[in-house]
Amino acid sequence: MKRRSIVKYAAVAAALSLGVTACGGGSGSSDAKTSGTVRVTLANHVWTDGIKAAIPEFEKATGLKVELTQLGEDQLSDQYNVKLNAGSDEIDVMMYRPLQEGKAFAKNGYLADLTSKVSADSNWDWKDYQDGPVKASTVDGKVVGVPIITEREVLYYRKDLLAAAGVQVPKTMDELEAAAKKISASNPDTAGFVARTGKSAAVTQFSSFLYSFGGDFVDASGKSAVGSDAAKKAYSFYGGLIKNYGPKNVSTDMSWPEAMAIFTQGKAAFYTEADSLYKNATDPAKSKVSDKVGFAALPAGPAGSKPYNIPSWGLAVNKASSNQDNAWKFIQWATSKDRTLAAQKAGVPGPRASVWADPAGTSTYPQDLADAIAASAKTGVGHDRPEVVTVGKAREIVGAPIVATITGADASAAADTANDAFQKFLDSEKK
Amino acid sequence: MSVLNNSRGDTARDTTRDAARGASRTPGPRKNFSAWANRHRKWLFAAPAMIFVGVLIVFPLAWTIYLSLTDSQGSVRAASEFVGLENYLTVLSDVERFWPAVGRTLTFTGVALVCEVVLGMGIALLLWRPFRGEKWVRVAILLPLVATPVAVGMMWRLIFDPNIGFVNQLLGMIGIPPQPWLSGQDTALGTTIFMDIWQWTPMVVLILLAGLTSLSEEPDEAARMDGANAFQRFFFITLPLMMPTVIVAILLRGIDALKTFDILYATKGKGGGSFHEVETLNVYAYGLSFDYNQYGLSSAVLILFFMIIIITMWLLTMRKKAVSK
Repeated sequence: MKRRSIVKYAAVAAALSLGVTACGGGSGSSDAKTSGTVRVTLANHVWTDGIKAAIPEFEKATGLKVELTQLGEDQLSDQYNVKLNAGSDEIDVMMYRPLQEGKAFAKNGYLADLTSKVSADSNWDWKDYQDGPVKASTVDGKVVGVPIITEREVLYYRKDLLAAAGVQVPKTMDELEAAAKKISASNPDTAGFVARTGKSAAVTQFSSFLYSFGGDFVDASGKSAVGSDAAKKAYSFYGGLIKNYGPKNVSTDMSWPEAMAIFTQGKAAFYTEADSLYKNATDPAKSKVSDKVGFAALPAGPAGSKPYNIPSWGLAVNKASSNQDNAWKFIQWATSKDRTLAAQKAGVPGPRASVWADPAGTSTYPQDLADAIAASAKTGVGHDRPEVVTVGKAREIVGAPIVATITGADASAAADTANDAFQKFLDSEKK
Repeated sequence: MSVLNNSRGDTARDTTRDAARGASRTPGPRKNFSAWANRHRKWLFAAPAMIFVGVLIVFPLAWTIYLSLTDSQGSVRAASEFVGLENYLTVLSDVERFWPAVGRTLTFTGVALVCEVVLGMGIALLLWRPFRGEKWVRVAILLPLVATPVAVGMMWRLIFDPNIGFVNQLLGMIGIPPQPWLSGQDTALGTTIFMDIWQWTPMVVLILLAGLTSLSEEPDEAARMDGANAFQRFFFITLPLMMPTVIVAILLRGIDALKTFDILYATKGKGGGSFHEVETLNVYAYGLSFDYNQYGLSSAVLILFFMIIIITMWLLTMRKKAVSK
């Protein structure tokens, strides 16, 4: 009798401890199967706001219930790292960054293969998607995500400051530098140019400069190319613009919120940034200069104007989810032509060619921005950061010369150091 | 059992029988349990705590030690190989990130701790004797303590902003040129230390004040009679008597300061800034696991960090024992 009760209590204790460990994990995974609840995790974004408002339509049409979790960008990454690592099935649909996490997630087996699903419905039309975004959502020949938001780097500028200084909208990098120099010289409180300065954050916006100077992160043979002459010139130009004509006491930790704040506070004449963030500059509630902002395609460097043209966000299905069919239904609805058009009208550039071809698709955009986007889509490059598995680490390596140049170090030496480190990193990834 | 009996419809008879059986004859399951529980009560009462410690402390620690001996990366569920102490060798020979992070962790903790204890002692001495409005002053001093660290980080980030921040505007009024503060390569760590001091000195005050109020007045009075001045009374009477309390304060605050993460992350983000200027061991380990997904390496850093904390605390406890004697 005694032995049996001990066994019994040990079992209870074990069940209890399991219960404790499962606390962080999911309750009700079986509910999801039977009740038709789709658990969707999205990032804070204008796109998400639009979808959130439209979810009742989806619930009504399908009879499914949507459980939405919305998180900031960094928290979202951390959540995925924890939950997907644990093999949790409590996420069905996940918003992710194809170029940042796509390869790593696919390699770790977190993303369900959607290849057969995307081609099954001709009405939904996978062929309508632009090539760049499709390529970025495909890993080893398998479609693992559906792009939802695309971005290109464009030039934001202050119409009033340019007019006052009597300069034209710059068409080349040299003109940009001359204009920034002229404006900052005549307006001591205003910077000629501002852009991201954080080692990691700046990499994506620097990439367009790198391409326009004729460089790339990796060359055709797969070797590190951040030490090439073109790359050195690009580092020196981007860092030099900020060092010489940027804000005084410039921080070397700026991502877009900080850099955008300087521009929208009226403290800078030029700003290069992703077009998908344009509402921050043109919305009077967020910007002091909302009526004075102009847009242009990225000025041309020695190799022409080559901004990135990438899908910044996509939707994927968690491979461990037991609710994959319903998850796909949600994605299909959220990425339909109608929804994409609605999102694009709300200021979120989408990946569908038909929506860009439709005049309604750009009807809400400032005309100069729509022109800049159209020009960038033609010459754009499909990546804005090194295409590797551990993108976070790669960004820190290739971003180091940017920060070094901003703080006055020699771009060439910094690029050589970064080149060695990046080559080592690439070798380690091949293993 | 009663439900089963009810279905047969003769409730009254069964209830009596149950009662009779429970009272005297063969031991029922309940009695059996009480007897068992009685025999094992020391284990039973300790069980919740033991399960808690096992699940939330021992298991994670053991798992981290295990991970630190593998080359786990990408996903912890992916196949990983046992690599022995290789991760530790890699980490210990890393002069670019690891050792500077150790230096920063110790600088941060050391400087913050000294300032907090000295300031805390000063403030505690001021609040020791009753005065008018004492209650309000005490409440006001405790305010930083109850603020959320991330919110504190955001607040100071705005105050210290090099371009639009309040501090630089204030300095501008008295003719001092703007300083980079959090964004400066050399000033960032100092600025975060200042934030830590601002937030955590009140806790030290609280502990020391509790110690001061429990001191007996006689030695102080006797010294006064003998003509000792205020300095002499503090350094030769109050401080030695307060030493055990001071060490408790150092111990508690020291552990906390060593593992500071929130204000550093809130003000400088991943990697502790573009030059890793505020990257302490905690921030480094976070970056290794959440940004680089190198769980083996990250676990090795954490285990080494754990050992640093244990050794520091052991030294302090030794010191406390010596003082108590």
